[in-house]
Amino acid sequence: MPEEVTLTIDGKKITAKIGQSILEAAEENGVYIPHLCALQELHSTGACRVCMVRIDGRYSASCTQPVSDGLQVEVESDELLEIRKMIVEMLFAEGNHFCPCCEKSGNCELQALAYRLGIDSVRFPYQFPQREVDAEHPDVFIDHNRCILCGRCVEASRNADHKTALEFIGRGKNKRLAVTGIVDLDRADKAVSVCPVGAILLKRQAFQVPLGQRRFDHEPIGAEVESRNPEVRTP
Amino acid sequence: MSDPIVTICEHYHRDRSRLMDIVREVQARQGQVSPEAEAVIARELGCKPVEVQSTVSFYAFLSERPVGHIPIRLCNDVVDRMAGAAEVARAFERELGIPMGSVTGDGLFGLHWTPCIGMSDQAPAALIGDLPVTRLRPEDVPELVEILRLSKDPHAIPREVGDGNNAHPLVRSMVHNNIRRSGPVCLSPWPRGEAVHRAAAMDPREILETIGTSGLRGRGGAAFPTGMKWRFAAQAPGARKTVICNADEGEPGTFKDRVLLTEQAGMVVEGMIIAARAIGADEGILYLRGEYEYLRAFLESVLQEYRADGLLGSSIAGLGGFDFDIRIQMGAGAYVCGEETALISSCEGRRGDPRNKPPFPAQKGYLDRPTIVNNVETFCCATRIVLGGAEWFRSLGTESSPGTKLLSVSGDCERPGVYEFEFGTPLSSVLRAVQADDAQALLVGGPSGQFVQEAGFGRTIAFDDLGTAGAVVVFDHSRDLLEIVEQYMEFFCEESCGYCTPCRFGNEVILQIVHRLRTGWGKPEDLDLLRELGQVMRKASRCGLGQTSANPVLSTMDQFPHIYESQIARPRGFDLAAATSQAEALAGHPSRHLEKEGDHA
Ligand SMILES: Cc1cc2nc3c(=O)[nH]c(=O)nc-3n(C[C@H](O)[C@H](O)[C@H](O)COP(=O)(O)O)c2cc1C
Ligand code: SF4
Ligand code: SF4
Ligand code: FES
Ligand code: FES
Repeated sequence: MPEEVTLTIDGKKITAKIGQSILEAAEENGVYIPHLCALQELHSTGACRVCMVRIDGRYSASCTQPVSDGLQVEVESDELLEIRKMIVEMLFAEGNHFCPCCEKSGNCELQALAYRLGIDSVRFPYQFPQREVDAEHPDVFIDHNRCILCGRCVEASRNADHKTALEFIGRGKNKRLAVTGIVDLDRADKAVSVCPVGAILLKRQAFQVPLGQRRFDHEPIGAEVESRNPEVRTP
Repeated sequence: MSDPIVTICEHYHRDRSRLMDIVREVQARQGQVSPEAEAVIARELGCKPVEVQSTVSFYAFLSERPVGHIPIRLCNDVVDRMAGAAEVARAFERELGIPMGSVTGDGLFGLHWTPCIGMSDQAPAALIGDLPVTRLRPEDVPELVEILRLSKDPHAIPREVGDGNNAHPLVRSMVHNNIRRSGPVCLSPWPRGEAVHRAAAMDPREILETIGTSGLRGRGGAAFPTGMKWRFAAQAPGARKTVICNADEGEPGTFKDRVLLTEQAGMVVEGMIIAARAIGADEGILYLRGEYEYLRAFLESVLQEYRADGLLGSSIAGLGGFDFDIRIQMGAGAYVCGEETALISSCEGRRGDPRNKPPFPAQKGYLDRPTIVNNVETFCCATRIVLGGAEWFRSLGTESSPGTKLLSVSGDCERPGVYEFEFGTPLSSVLRAVQADDAQALLVGGPSGQFVQEAGFGRTIAFDDLGTAGAVVVFDHSRDLLEIVEQYMEFFCEESCGYCTPCRFGNEVILQIVHRLRTGWGKPEDLDLLRELGQVMRKASRCGLGQTSANPVLSTMDQFPHIYESQIARPRGFDLAAATSQAEALAGHPSRHLEKEGDHA
């Protein structure tokens, strides 16, 4: 079997390695596809659905769809932008996100994505759910108000830390993160460092990096990918 | 004395993948799966308590808190509500002295709502313990509760047993089959065991060929060509392969699989054996929804008969190397587990979360083995095709949709029940057969299917017209369709697994907007938002649940636009009473000026 395949993204030919997802292949070629739950070194959960693209006309999450030869992938279109916006708006309305008083502000992928997508208001009714802040752990806060149920931490705890210290419980709107026992979670765990939002935070770290000097304060999310000076070959 | 929970774990060889069976038994024995029990199970299985909790908290029939020694679960499906479920609920509340959703002080009774239990043709219905009780009337409730109080045993409820195998000693339920129209494929006698002997004599490739050319497509809703699915699994590398029968039957208004399992169970089993021969599987699982627990002992006995006859187990039909056996996996109250990958997760003892595809089950399914999942009716068809031949099967139905389809018909009609029709039958013929002469709307395929209005009654049951897993619900002109839409959205909110954003939150938003519309608080822009949101859910949801759950709204907006427009047009003043109700509750007395001026609306 060939190691490489060729596919097109928005009409441009790119090459990708077998086994890569569409999302990975796009990023390697300098094409940013907005996403919230996928993370390079983790198995993709396909939970957030922000990374939707059209592959040969069919809607698909780019983070879980493997590349194959000859695929025609559409990333940029008004319709896909609308889908992504709506999903990000949903996440804001569903939880409690008061960015001005959140330690993650400026480093938060959800917030950064809202800026990048040009979301200035949310069309859905805010739910203001009653959720807890779990401060029992000596080194880690878990603020359920901000959890977007992306699954990164669960995945990391299971497959990177080999601990399964975290799991989801409940279903539907009652689905939430649960910790097995604080002894299982360590501040050095990968599970603690992967949260895209301010739902898992290390204690005693607040504002060590001042506002204004944070990850997305100077560049929009995705700029890093787009600056990869891609070798995009046009047909 | 050893801990009974430890004994249960030992019985399942401390196998983590049998967690569903273990927690179900604990639930049955203790009326709950307490955090302490979860800790014991986790220790025995060598996993984390949070993993056990993750599974327990997913399923409606499992609970960390007590649900009552005798849980009474009233079906709140739309059809049951039309048949008076609310009055029955009130009668139970009165008799037990507790509101719905709670447990009596002595822990004896729990009173809960549950979605469709597959008895829409004999609504209102309930599960008392595992026992289905049908055609409930409020006036029957006092006596029922009295008997249960004294006996503490649901099986003490006096009941006239139903027809056919509902009267079997291992079933003895009051459920009726209501078979209104038999057909040549599923609902007619078959020569027991013959298809298995034929399959054993056939080359697996020949079976794949026969099923392929018959044009059989899945009866569970997605209509995937069965021959192609089997072929993928047959070609997939793997030392062990699995055949799963999907008897989760959760789509509201569907009950034909219940009737097949009651009357034609052998045909289903034979279909699974044929599939096993075709793909080279050694293990079979019949995934039975928790609501059909009352059929389990009977189905076990059917499997036992096949084993005794040498048609299941090792060297099936005397053919050396043809080894295949079937176990029953019980579900525990989760509609999403009907989705084939969620069902596989559930069989492995996990939350019923659907999985990402690819990999498809045919490549990597149950315990990572190549797996096929088919509907109960699909297996019946396979048995009949092996007996009657592909050509004969193709002579039934239409070119694109060969064969027959079982319909589960309920709602506003004289003859609710199960009908076997050839594909290509128009809805108007169905309506005549079920004696519904005042139909305003038909819901074809359940809430994840579509509403059809009168102008569409000439449309036909066929994959290229109205594809359906078989539910047909009739609504007459007295019904408030928007109210019905709201109730179906409540169902989807309850049943979303919560894995992906559009389904977890989209259903909630739709429900809230529809509620707003119904109570006169809708805004004109709500209609566009509903439409756009519905489309996003359809395109972006991770599994079929979220991809179809906006259908009640989308299809009524298309077929019955006036039910929305009339709500928007309805002028409505500011509701002062509603706006001040919270403050009044806090203050503990009504607002002064309201007392004088009355309703401002
Ligand atoms: C939410 C949801 C519920 C489903 N429920 C059932 C069910 O109860 N029974 C069933 O056979 N298929 C159900 N399906 C379809 C299955 O995913 C799968 O397509 C089917 O079992 C395949 O069998 P078939 O090809 O024989 O139809 C459901 C799908 C979804 C998305
Ligand atoms: S997690 Fe992100 S989006 Fe949520 S409040 Fe914090 S900064 Fe804002
Ligand atoms: S805590 Fe963070 S990483 Fe974990 S599921 Fe929630 S948002 Fe995702
Ligand atoms: S990044 Fe693909 S679904 Fe979340
Ligand atoms: S939660 Fe099931 S489709 Fe999204």
